[in-house]
Amino acid sequence: MEGPGPVNTQPDLLYSEEEEALRAAVRDLLADHCDAPGVIARTESDAPHDLAAWKALADGMGLAGLLVPEAHGGQGATHREAAVVLEELGRAVAPVPYLTSAVVATEALLACGDGELLGRLASGRTIGALAVGLHLAPGAAHPVAHVGNGVLSGELTGIADAAVADVLLVPGDDGALYAVRAQDATVTPQTSFDLTRPLATVTLADAPGRRLGEAGPAVRRALRAGAGLLASEQLGVADWALTETVRYLKERKQFNRPVGGFQALKHRLAQLWLEVVNLRAAARAAADALAAGEPSDETSVAVAVAQAYAAPVAVRAAEEALQLHAGIGMTWEHPVHLYLKRAKADSIAYGTAGAHRAALAELVDLSAP
Amino acid sequence: MTDAAELTRRTARLLADHPPATTARQDFLKARFDAGLAWVHYPQGLGGLGAPRSLQAVVDAALEAAGAPDNDPRRIGIGLGMAAPTILKYGTEEQKQRFLRPLWTGEEVWCQLFSEPGAGSDLAALGTRAVRQDDGDWIVNGQKVWTSSAHVARWAILIARTDPDVPKHAGITYFLCDMTDPGVEVRPLRQITGEAEFNEVFLTGVRIPDARRLGEVGDGWRVAQTTLNNERVAIGGMRLPREGGMIGPVAKTWRERPELRTHDLHQRLLKLWVEAEVARLTGERLRQQLAQGQPGPEGAGMKLAFARLNQEISGLEVELRGEEGLLYDDWTMRRPELVDFTGRDAGYRYLRSKGNSIEGGTSEVLLNIVAERVLGLPSEPRTDKDVAWKDLAR
Ligand SMILES: Cc1cc2nc3c(=O)[nH]c(=O)nc-3n(C[C@H](O)[C@H](O)[C@H](O)COP(=O)(O)OP(=O)(O)OC[C@H]3O[C@@H](n4cnc5c(N)ncnc54)[C@H](O)[C@@H]3O)c2cc1C
Repeated sequence: MEGPGPVNTQPDLLYSEEEEALRAAVRDLLADHCDAPGVIARTESDAPHDLAAWKALADGMGLAGLLVPEAHGGQGATHREAAVVLEELGRAVAPVPYLTSAVVATEALLACGDGELLGRLASGRTIGALAVGLHLAPGAAHPVAHVGNGVLSGELTGIADAAVADVLLVPGDDGALYAVRAQDATVTPQTSFDLTRPLATVTLADAPGRRLGEAGPAVRRALRAGAGLLASEQLGVADWALTETVRYLKERKQFNRPVGGFQALKHRLAQLWLEVVNLRAAARAAADALAAGEPSDETSVAVAVAQAYAAPVAVRAAEEALQLHAGIGMTWEHPVHLYLKRAKADSIAYGTAGAHRAALAELVDLSAP
Repeated sequence: MTDAAELTRRTARLLADHPPATTARQDFLKARFDAGLAWVHYPQGLGGLGAPRSLQAVVDAALEAAGAPDNDPRRIGIGLGMAAPTILKYGTEEQKQRFLRPLWTGEEVWCQLFSEPGAGSDLAALGTRAVRQDDGDWIVNGQKVWTSSAHVARWAILIARTDPDVPKHAGITYFLCDMTDPGVEVRPLRQITGEAEFNEVFLTGVRIPDARRLGEVGDGWRVAQTTLNNERVAIGGMRLPREGGMIGPVAKTWRERPELRTHDLHQRLLKLWVEAEVARLTGERLRQQLAQGQPGPEGAGMKLAFARLNQEISGLEVELRGEEGLLYDDWTMRRPELVDFTGRDAGYRYLRSKGNSIEGGTSEVLLNIVAERVLGLPSEPRTDKDVAWKDLAR
């Protein structure tokens, strides 16, 4: 057969009632915990992460364990539910290690089958971070630590949320993945473009590590889930930008009328709306494909499509929000900059749109010249 | 309420009583209509059973599996998508009985006499006049333009001005026009593709009985809204397989002709492939929403998305073909029954898809609609609202 062929089993692209209820609960919680002035103030403190919000999400609602089977103390839910949580976290640019710990580190552990550590991550009382640079796409080569005499050494950079991690999942040069306690490593914050998902350097000097399993498949699976669900976070970011901008332009008056009544702006917002509507379908398709379990080419296609589409839309939404808020949008005090920084960083996270298009070229048989 | 099991039973009975293999196409379609399996959400006696719209899929799948003939919905699209819902909503019992069956079976093709040389996006500015006679009938004079399928149509939906002394939206009345009546003249209007898919229609002293009026006198604008809304819904929400749209032919060319590939075209192709796949998913999401009885506003966006995609993708394919892209398959002036995107070359697709952002409301007008009705942004300031039509500057 040539090409990808027709796909006749259609993904479920809607939200179930339970998913909508979950969304409402998360949104309520974030309204109490993560208001924009609070997030802005936190970015300038020593503790950019909001661990109180994390505790409420993880302890209070058990959301850190959505992807973990009940046998290991999780909720045994699917990527569809995790995606809804991420939409809301994106909408609030919440500085919590959800994507990095509850999705990416958790997926790596699921691949290794480490029940004990999974259980701790599921409870949210332990935060995990995969020690692979945030910019790397699924399948990309990544730096590793040197393993010798049962201890690990080396420096790994660009590790998202490592600053709050209790345990680091470190790929070694022997092809295995190791669990290293954060207290046995040196974690140095890097000055990050995205203030709400800061990066850090992890330095290991003869750090003891516990072998979890094979690194290759674990890292690939983790990054694939990260990339796929990142699209839902990007949807949340874009949706916030559109909604806030529409609201503002209905209120803001110049030339004796609401500026939202000028056709040049109406068309830009309508265009943006259309892209957000498309992004929602793409993000739901990726979440639904990941939820189907068995990794297949079809899952890889859905993830790559979502990532190739999501990043430019989220960035454009945030950029349009800034331009249309004009002077006020350019201030530190207005939250739009948090969204622009998150959207732009997200456009690199887990692979750029270009990297995902290149992956697609192989997957759907549209080879390069 | 008619449920899926009941529809399955009825479909099986239809197939047993009228085996597709031995039944003439028209006879099968008539029997299907009479069994209430044409559009199951329509009322009993009018081709339906008052069932939920989502159950149509059950019937369609079973009939398709049995190799039953279909009514070629593309050929009869205007009747099916626009005339029918309007007649159902505003028609008299006699009109519904007379028109819906032959419309659905495709025996009678419909066209839409809305646009005029001086009234396109501002459709309510139209000037075709319908004047009431002493016997109650109407005499219509005017010119319509860009009328698709007028040359094959038996009937037309027509809007005309019946009162020039009131503001433009208030003086319009909606009619069902017999295209074979004296005074109806259809002239081909050749378009950029070389063929004449649409026409000019001249209406000179055409007599329309009052029984062919749809809705109240002066209420035509409201009736036309039903038509126009359905026109846009008809375009989104169809089920497509991956690569089912315009991206299909260009992907095929890419796979089969490695000698044509360049890096620049590769990047553009992948970007459009992704956008086409995402638009397909959005259409599917809309369909799933409709099936659950929760129509979303996404429909308004689908036409916009497909118009742009069709244009960009077909434009890319012309470039990809290089030397061949300098050629065209056939400029012969023809009057086709329907648009055939896939049976023609890339150059044809490129030219014809330019109409996608014009027909059924331009992309600019649709963006206005999204901004105002979906996002709730303020509408344009208006200077024509309280002025009688006859006093408007033209
Ligand atoms: C292939 C094809 C088939 C068609 N078939 C039919 C048919 O069967 N029956 C029928 O009745 N009609 C038909 N039409 C006509 C079609 O509905 C009109 O062409 C369309 O509504 C636009 O009107 P217009 O061409 O007069 O453009 P105009 O309204 O004159 O528009 C000119 C330009 O101004 C822009 N514009 C206008 N108003 C605004 C505004 N408020 N804000 C911003 N921009 C604006 C338009 O977008 C366009 O770019 C068909 C057209 C095509 C191309």
